[in-house]
Amino acid sequence: MHPSHFAAVLLFALFTSVVFGITQRETPARMLRYGAYCFVMFVGAAIVLSWVMALIAR
Amino acid sequence: MVTQQDKSAGAGKGFVYLPLIAGWLVPGAGHFVLKKWGRGALLTASIFGMFVLGLAMQGKIYANAHEILEFLGLAGDMGTGLLYIVGRAMDLGSAPVQVTTADWGTRFIVVAGLLNIIAAVDAHNLRTGRKS
Repeated sequence: MHPSHFAAVLLFALFTSVVFGITQRETPARMLRYGAYCFVMFVGAAIVLSWVMALIAR
Repeated sequence: MVTQQDKSAGAGKGFVYLPLIAGWLVPGAGHFVLKKWGRGALLTASIFGMFVLGLAMQGKIYANAHEILEFLGLAGDMGTGLLYIVGRAMDLGSAPVQVTTADWGTRFIVVAGLLNIIAAVDAHNLRTGRKS
């Protein structure tokens, strides 16, 4: 299996966010919100850092 | 308002460390012991999925530690409990890392172990009434 770099980021963010959401909050609604927040932050940080590294490498 | 006394009252009886140990050995089992079926199923799917994907990407399972980074990887891998033992017994993840995805796979396996430890501690907190 050879996923693209971005696909690997999405998979990593998905699984990690599910565990963070369940373990770090107490009610289902808050678990869902925190899981979604973690997912967006993981993917967003990966995109931003990727652009930063691309600009530095130029 | 939920008081600490109310939370403690929700704690069950029996061996207090059972959810912690079960959760470490089998991802999600700690929550199953506490009859948290939905949470347990999601944790099982996430941690097991991450471990399997890591192996599918030809990730490495650490077998020994000759330096500090390998020791940290080994500690993370051992967090997956029985998955680590079965993986080692079946000689999975022993091929040398040769492609980029294998490096990501190695990280997936380590993080699956770390997430499993978080999940097991969460099950313990549920058991002791520290979390509801």
